[in-house]
Amino acid sequence: MDIAQTSFYHQAILTLAALVVLASFVMLGQGRLLRIVFVLALQGALLALATALAAFSTDNPHFYISSAITMVLKVILIPIMLRRLVIRMNIHREVEELTNRTSILLGGASLVIFSYYVMLPIVHTSHMVTLNAIAVSLAVVLLGMLMMISHRNAVAHVAGFMSIENGLFFAAIVSTSGMPMVVELGIAFDVLVAAVLFGVFFFHIHSSIDSLDVDRLNRLNEVEK
Amino acid sequence: MIAVYLILLIPLGGIFYFAATGHKPNAGRINNWLNAATLAGSIWLALDVLIEGPWLSSDGELYVDSFNVYLIVLTAFVGLTTAIFSAPYMAHELRVGRLNNNRLRLYYSMYQGFMLAMYLVLSTNNMGVMWVAMEGATLATVLLVSLYRTPESVEAAWKYFILCGVGIAQALFGTILLYFAAGQLHTEGGSENALLWTVLYENANLLDAGVMNIAFVFLLVGYGTKIGLVPLHNWLPDAHSEGPTPMSAVLSGLLLNDALYAVVRCKMLVDGATGSPLAGHLMMGFGMVSFLVAALFLHRQYDIKRMFSYSSIEHMGMMTFAFGVGGPLATFAALLHMTVHSLTKSAIFVTVGHASQVAKTQKMDRIRGLIKTQPEIGWGLLIGTLAIAGFPPFGVFTSEFLVLIATMHDYPWLVPLLLLGIGIAFAGLFRNLQPMVYGEVPRGQKAVAANLFPVMLHLALVLWLGLSIPGFLSNWFAQATELIAGSSPL
Repeated sequence: MDIAQTSFYHQAILTLAALVVLASFVMLGQGRLLRIVFVLALQGALLALATALAAFSTDNPHFYISSAITMVLKVILIPIMLRRLVIRMNIHREVEELTNRTSILLGGASLVIFSYYVMLPIVHTSHMVTLNAIAVSLAVVLLGMLMMISHRNAVAHVAGFMSIENGLFFAAIVSTSGMPMVVELGIAFDVLVAAVLFGVFFFHIHSSIDSLDVDRLNRLNEVEK
Repeated sequence: MIAVYLILLIPLGGIFYFAATGHKPNAGRINNWLNAATLAGSIWLALDVLIEGPWLSSDGELYVDSFNVYLIVLTAFVGLTTAIFSAPYMAHELRVGRLNNNRLRLYYSMYQGFMLAMYLVLSTNNMGVMWVAMEGATLATVLLVSLYRTPESVEAAWKYFILCGVGIAQALFGTILLYFAAGQLHTEGGSENALLWTVLYENANLLDAGVMNIAFVFLLVGYGTKIGLVPLHNWLPDAHSEGPTPMSAVLSGLLLNDALYAVVRCKMLVDGATGSPLAGHLMMGFGMVSFLVAALFLHRQYDIKRMFSYSSIEHMGMMTFAFGVGGPLATFAALLHMTVHSLTKSAIFVTVGHASQVAKTQKMDRIRGLIKTQPEIGWGLLIGTLAIAGFPPFGVFTSEFLVLIATMHDYPWLVPLLLLGIGIAFAGLFRNLQPMVYGEVPRGQKAVAANLFPVMLHLALVLWLGLSIPGFLSNWFAQATELIAGSSPL
């Protein structure tokens, strides 16, 4: 199918999908915590935009509500909270040394290809846009995991966790007609509670190892040292 | 069917009540009463379901059949006995200064929060809500794992949070794919109903097989993280060993079961859609690997709670394997094993909690001579371990024997592996148990105030289930088996 023949909505969704995955890549290669948090907020804004667009084109008012929830939660509340924590713990000037930045980014690229490969079996059940959207959201989920593996700071881990959630949300809006309202509210509630708990944990970790470098959380072992 | 609302509303009220008053001396007793009330509610619900058959709420959001109602009763029962144990245990921890009033409030409030999440996982009919409740269970327990605020417990809780959070995100992706598959059916009631398990189950043969297969892989990995399947098990021994003992008992006895319940519900849908044994084979593979790896890891442990949490992984692996084998006999055995394992394992953790209070450590090489210092704890640990290792005449023996028979029938070449694993696990447990129970008493070791009534009750029930399963219970299991496997073993 030629991309120029698809509707405006579908073209816009494809562009947004590309931008969402690009945001994940930017976070993956970024060593400064405040920039990671900023890109996370941008990714949230892209999601809110995609949801609003879906609401407009499918004429489904329920999507406007989810768009508003996303806006408040993922663009405003969580990033602001993370930003304040980072500044309060005085780690906003630190730049994390990422070992092997090139191979991490190349690994990310191969994860995107892998996601497309995994989603091949559903090609016959849907059209191009849905396939792209699901593959891209799986890629965002996997990139979030890669980010948690490659970064050592707990704040970066939380950003990875939240971007996984973003990927899942993108799949839910684009590939389906939106999750049932009760489920969506439940997920939003879980994300909010998780964000607050993460904040609590930063203080616990900071007071127990005097840093947020999770590599130093290494007291528990399978065998006695 | 007010009972089902009762068991959801009582813990919900409990969360808020204890958030305000959990530090008062009577909080433990009130926690017991709340759990007793939910147990009564669950028995009422069970009787209703047994007499009138499955029940679906009018809006379709809650569904109770003989499969989940038995788990609800089990959850309520273990919740109550653990609460009975936890009241004096927590009072002791407060006295020795490991806790303060705020954390006690948090503890009681989140105990109820965890119970609410468990009941919601079991009684909901909506696969999305099931996911939300499962994540809710993680959120409720994560601060309890780090309740003592030691560096080790904070590390364990962080690991638990991140691993389970990321793991369960995979299950959400699986749920979205499920919804995507259902969205193409155009079922009546529109998309709001498309995630209801009953609707999906009725239309299972119409769901697209390719999508459902991918969805199941994600669901298995996601909920499998919570079951503690190898290689996603890393959080489990840490969380169990560093948290307060009542938490270890409910995590091991309840959370793991309920995560397995979620996987089995998904398997029922996928089997209907694909008609191929792929889902079962995946569960068999994961289950067998977990079973063997955990049995080997038992030998390397130095911490008593870590050792028993590896034993939990081993048993969960066996159950996953048995559900994967499928057939009526294997399913019946798996259901029985879920029951006896959670009764035995929570009894063991309760005993272990007392044992580590006696010895003032969880390191196994410093726990010695329990049977001389405090005979009831020594005996409790000895009998509990005998039961969990699968000795006759306890119930674990019966269920493991049934699993072996079913495997012998369908996959005879896997039987040696199962026997090997049981043998290795047995050796690992007893090697460490012997000196702890019989060894020389260290100087100055004193008995502690202990309430071993829950332990004795659990072990007596396990013994009873091993000697003769009462008729109503076996009928109940048979009904559940018929739901899952299609035919009855009796």
